[in-house]
Amino acid sequence: MEHILSNELGRLIVGLIVVLIFSQLNALFLVWLERKVAGHIQLRIGPKEVGPYGLLQTIVDGLKLVGKELITPKRADRILFIIAPVLVFVPVLVPFIVLPFSKSLPLNDMNVGLLVIFSFSTINVLAILIGGWGSNNKYALLGAIRSVAQNIAYEIPLLLSVLSVVLMTKTLQMSKIVQAQGSYWFFLIQPIAALTYFICATAETNRAPFDIPEAESELVAGFHTEFSGMRFGLFFLAEYTNVFVVCAVATTLFLGGWQGPFGFSLGIPGIIWFLAKTYLLVFVIMWFRWTFPRLRFDQLISFSWKVLIPLALANLIITAGVIKLI
Amino acid sequence: MATTNSEPVLTKEYFLNLGPQHPSTHGVLRVLLKLDGEYIVEADPIIGYGHRGHEKMAENRTYKQFMPNPSRVDYLSGFLYNHGYVLAVEKLMGLEVPERAKYIRVICSELNRISSHLLWFGTFLMDLGAFTPFLYCFDDREVILDLLDYITGSRLTYCYCRIGGVAKDIDDQFIEGTLNFIKRLRSRWTDYHNLVTKNVIFIHRVKDIGIIDKNIALKYGVTGPNLRGCGVPYDVRKAEPYEIYEEVDFEIPVGEKGDIWDRYMVRLNEMEQSCRIIEQAIKKLPRGPVKASGVPVKIEPPKGEVYFPFESARGEAAFFIVSDGTEYPYRIRIRVPSFSNLQALTEVLPGTLVADTIAILGSIDIVVPEIDR
Repeated sequence: MEHILSNELGRLIVGLIVVLIFSQLNALFLVWLERKVAGHIQLRIGPKEVGPYGLLQTIVDGLKLVGKELITPKRADRILFIIAPVLVFVPVLVPFIVLPFSKSLPLNDMNVGLLVIFSFSTINVLAILIGGWGSNNKYALLGAIRSVAQNIAYEIPLLLSVLSVVLMTKTLQMSKIVQAQGSYWFFLIQPIAALTYFICATAETNRAPFDIPEAESELVAGFHTEFSGMRFGLFFLAEYTNVFVVCAVATTLFLGGWQGPFGFSLGIPGIIWFLAKTYLLVFVIMWFRWTFPRLRFDQLISFSWKVLIPLALANLIITAGVIKLI
Repeated sequence: MATTNSEPVLTKEYFLNLGPQHPSTHGVLRVLLKLDGEYIVEADPIIGYGHRGHEKMAENRTYKQFMPNPSRVDYLSGFLYNHGYVLAVEKLMGLEVPERAKYIRVICSELNRISSHLLWFGTFLMDLGAFTPFLYCFDDREVILDLLDYITGSRLTYCYCRIGGVAKDIDDQFIEGTLNFIKRLRSRWTDYHNLVTKNVIFIHRVKDIGIIDKNIALKYGVTGPNLRGCGVPYDVRKAEPYEIYEEVDFEIPVGEKGDIWDRYMVRLNEMEQSCRIIEQAIKKLPRGPVKASGVPVKIEPPKGEVYFPFESARGEAAFFIVSDGTEYPYRIRIRVPSFSNLQALTEVLPGTLVADTIAILGSIDIVVPEIDR
């Protein structure tokens, strides 16, 4: 066993299996959490029948989805239609390889970790475009178009805000970014970058109030209107996994990753700190969804180009200037 | 494949069938949209999917047998229609109704108006993408439904008014429940305003969007909160007072421009005015019988016709009854406000975005089965 773990390839294979299991369980848990949070915000109690506190409800729902027929519309582009759900789910698993859950737990602490995360999460939009285009449905197409426009608009301020942190730490390696926040967390000295990142991350994951690609009151279900059964399930799982990933990245960049506040770990293991902070951010994103109405498409785009990008750019320039002076 | 062709890229307008099955058309409405990208070029509401033939049914039923039908025309303001139909028949017969019955009818009508507006508030916000207010409203609305259920025996399609009065008297429990409800609703306003009215995203979605100006509104016969939203203080309860509306003190809230915001504010203020009417009616509630004596079992109004307008939750509704002197009406025609309100959309929608279309459609508060009847 030790032999396998010390071997790079063995470590990766074991890691991938763990990642697969963790991401599935995490998505199931988040769906349950979303329903519970929504319930309590809306004067209800949410699922409670299946299992303790309704915890098994999502598993039962998942089983139901597996049992559903996979319908491919007659006039859909078969190849695109079939690969879209796969393409949307696989890339969101990759960031788990570099996420620093604790000091010793990034599966592979490569020196371009941050770059890996952002390059793979960008593939998501391609999958949505393929799915929307391939289903040959006007609602799906509209959703796909919106999604592309939205992702282009929000990727820029997202990366600009991340760059501010990278400038300060002078590294793309996740573990080093965390270690650089030993005494204070970055959201204290980079509040604008943290805020921009969080807003953009919400938009990146197509969550309310930025959920226009799947706006159910306008576009029925947006880009996944025609998907049924587990194909729909994969879109669903990908969305929740994505939410976890962006929150985990936010934790790493701005909330000190696995470390306790001001360097005090209080005897709590790093992984607990990391997960606690991440799930707190996930809760905030859910809170958004059940509180805000949806922005309109053009307002969303102009908010990004006219407010977020100038703000993030100014923040980046100031950061660069200050670092140069020091 | 690279081409040296310098012709501009060809873009084409296309059609989108919004409905008849769509999450936010509030029933089986179909809107045929001609789109240029996301912009609406032309909008054509197509109706008739919920036709049940209530007007034809009336010709084959006696006046009393038709009683359950009106509340099914517009199931969200069922009591108001039930009330309106009875008033029309009474006017045709020249029947005088006891004072207490009038007060009871008005109290129940206004409760129904509030419940209809509350439901609109929730579904409209759901169209804008906010799910939570919907459940808050339903929580409040549930109290009204319970109150009306207690007194009328049904939750939605009421048949409580009788020709010459009401079915049975109300009691202290109902009055106490109603007063408690008003207190509760008023304490909720802060929640609603903090959650919705002051929300930046909400304000951006509704201000200056979907303007139905005065001219368009009058041209198409738009009535109710939609007309009052553009600054015309027309309310049948004030213009042609019936029942006890002359004796109670209430205001007609009006807007300025006729955008979604104005319609929203008018409806919210109207709920408060309805609360005032109910309070005054309860205070003034006289003692006495609740049903006129000497109403014949077999109702045969004299030959003639009557047009009776009343204010439903959506605007001016009316019953036009032609009697040939027998116990069957010769013809009943129902004027429904949603029909006129919907037609104004053809002028308002072009030039807006798909997202606005849904918001505007929600803001005019249509009930599609009411249009189709």
